Amino acid sequence: MFIDQLFNGLSVGSILLLIAIGLAITFGLMGVINMAHGELMMVGAYTTYVIQQIFAHHAPQSAGMYFVIAIPSSFLIAALLGWGLEKSLIRHLYHRPLDSLLATWGISLILQQTARLIFGAPNVAVVPPSWLDGGIRLFGAVFPYKRLFILCLVLAIVFFLYMYLTRTRAGRRIQAVTMNRPMASCLGIATQKVDAYSFAIGSGLAGVAGCALTLLGPIGPTIGTYYIVDAFMVVILGGVGKLAGTLLGAFGLGLISTFVEYSTSATIAKVIVFVLIIAFLQWKPSGLLSLRTRSLD
Amino acid sequence: MFQMNRGKGVRMKPAFMWKLWLLLCVSVFALGGCAASSAVDQAKNENQNDSSSAGKEGDVVKVGILHSLSGTMAISEVSLRDAELMAIEEINASGGLLSKKIEPVVEDGASDWPTFAEKAKKLLQKDQVAAIFGGWTSASRKAMLPVVEQNNGLLWYPVQYEGMESSPNIFYTGATTNQQIVPAVSWLLKNRGKTFFLLGSDYVFPRTANKIIKAQLKAEGGQVVGEEYTPLGHTDYSTIISKIKQVKPAVVFNTLNGDSNVAFFKQLKDAGITPKDVTVMSVSIAEEEIRGIGPDVLAGHLAVWNYFQTTDTPENKAFVQKYKEKYGQDRVTDDPIEAAYTAVHLWAEAVKKAGSFDVDQVKKAAAGLEYKAPEGTVKIDGETQHLWKTVRIGEIQADGQFKELWNSGQPVKPDPYLKSYPWGKGLSE
Repeated sequence: MFIDQLFNGLSVGSILLLIAIGLAITFGLMGVINMAHGELMMVGAYTTYVIQQIFAHHAPQSAGMYFVIAIPSSFLIAALLGWGLEKSLIRHLYHRPLDSLLATWGISLILQQTARLIFGAPNVAVVPPSWLDGGIRLFGAVFPYKRLFILCLVLAIVFFLYMYLTRTRAGRRIQAVTMNRPMASCLGIATQKVDAYSFAIGSGLAGVAGCALTLLGPIGPTIGTYYIVDAFMVVILGGVGKLAGTLLGAFGLGLISTFVEYSTSATIAKVIVFVLIIAFLQWKPSGLLSLRTRSLD
Repeated sequence: MFQMNRGKGVRMKPAFMWKLWLLLCVSVFALGGCAASSAVDQAKNENQNDSSSAGKEGDVVKVGILHSLSGTMAISEVSLRDAELMAIEEINASGGLLSKKIEPVVEDGASDWPTFAEKAKKLLQKDQVAAIFGGWTSASRKAMLPVVEQNNGLLWYPVQYEGMESSPNIFYTGATTNQQIVPAVSWLLKNRGKTFFLLGSDYVFPRTANKIIKAQLKAEGGQVVGEEYTPLGHTDYSTIISKIKQVKPAVVFNTLNGDSNVAFFKQLKDAGITPKDVTVMSVSIAEEEIRGIGPDVLAGHLAVWNYFQTTDTPENKAFVQKYKEKYGQDRVTDDPIEAAYTAVHLWAEAVKKAGSFDVDQVKKAAAGLEYKAPEGTVKIDGETQHLWKTVRIGEIQADGQFKELWNSGQPVKPDPYLKSYPWGKGLSE
């Protein structure tokens, strides 16, 4: 049973990390309070649904492969939407965090209602590919393939994101702009361009999260609202501006909440976890890991 | 400028956080209001369409339709509005009521309980509607209850609920507990086993339902081996499934509501638990929900209702055909949709019998009224204002429809306070 719960904890942690990783970029690195993050996940989930429908109608013999196409497509469509949002709205609000909160929240409502108009109010069903059905039996516990898949997916994303941010030119530019914008600008980095594609990447990762979560959860116009609080919680707990903090925060929260839930109940576990987080943030207001900068507040 | 903002993002000052919360709260109200009013506009447009098709000549009588057309409950309630509008259209097409056309006034409860109370008040006081058809959650009904009682209005509530209520101004056309949960528990004890795991969303219906189930199991020799509640919208059931695996119950009695069901059933299947290992009996999963969850993960599990789309009556064949023609071949009918449709017709029959739209006279005429509904013959119980209904247990098939395993054979008398059961004493407190 302990192994079962340990795996559940890691799995919940990986899901938390998946939903928070896009936000770690847009909120953590860029400082935009993006309330529409959950709806970008919803866009990813619906993209998966549409691709499944296309496969079911045009290529039923290879229907199981739709998921392979769905992941990059969800990324692209959510990234495109994020890019458009940044260009048209968010870039005008960089120095006004409260307005960006309100504006992105409005966008989240617009996106929800749009989804309702296109796909209808009821949930839609995504049938997970058959090669992800079932699980491995080890030490008397069952490890479902879908949860293992999400765990691997999220680790791969973290790895690539880390490589991208530290090993590529474009990634380093993002870091430079986050750390010291005027200096980066002086050195010839087109900061507006960097903003646009950072936001697009963060949004795209939200899309991937939405796509992967169709394996485990519902797909409907309001699913974004179920995940948004958790996403912010993980990023703030982990420390704004640090990807490693988000990683630690997600797995820590996943493990704690699963074990507390096992010994109490789901509702009480939620209360206890929130109390722990509040207490922790009182003690360490900047989260698990904090970004040290030389800039003045 | 941006640099300063970055600094704030890293270490939020208390004053800033306060403002943020304040703004968040204000924005919730403001935007909630916007959403509601835009839905009202939409509803107004629909009304215009309806009234123009109903014809301008002659008198009209207004009725209110009050469901959540936005927010989390829209997923379920939009179909009820559709069914009610269809019933109204049918009555208008056959000459109206007392030579008046019925004009529906559609309002949006926006999944927000105070909004339900407010809109019910508006419908009764401003529009002077003869009856309101509306509500889904018990919270929305409880919000409307004092309003319809104070204004002596008439509310027709079409969804199964937890019982323990009987307002003189409400007609309950969905099942109460002794027409759904109680017979299901007896059937499960006889056919599936004695150990029950109770799983529900954390609000009034599951908690009351489980209180009843526990009393019944104690009296009839069953055993509760687990009881769990999850917040509405909960999406990770791995821990609860671990607990189910550990105690190995014969039956999981599922009172989860809404999207949580999707997560629960998907994850249950992934954990390798099939209907052969444990029977899951649900009270909130109907044909409409099956479409959103996916029949592949639900096949073999059970649900208890008073009506299935596959229920074999001539009235149902006509009803399903008409509904699909009007709203699309991919749409399905289910128990609350049928109960909402039946509610409108029952009200119309009562008005005809009373020869008046007056609430007190309609209520008097409604007592004992029988109607051939798609679910079979129903009868209004004058004392409790609930319906006599046939109970049906169905198994979910791979095509998303139910196969009926058992039915009560005849309509069951409603008993919202469970007075006729020896173990039911003390539950209504």
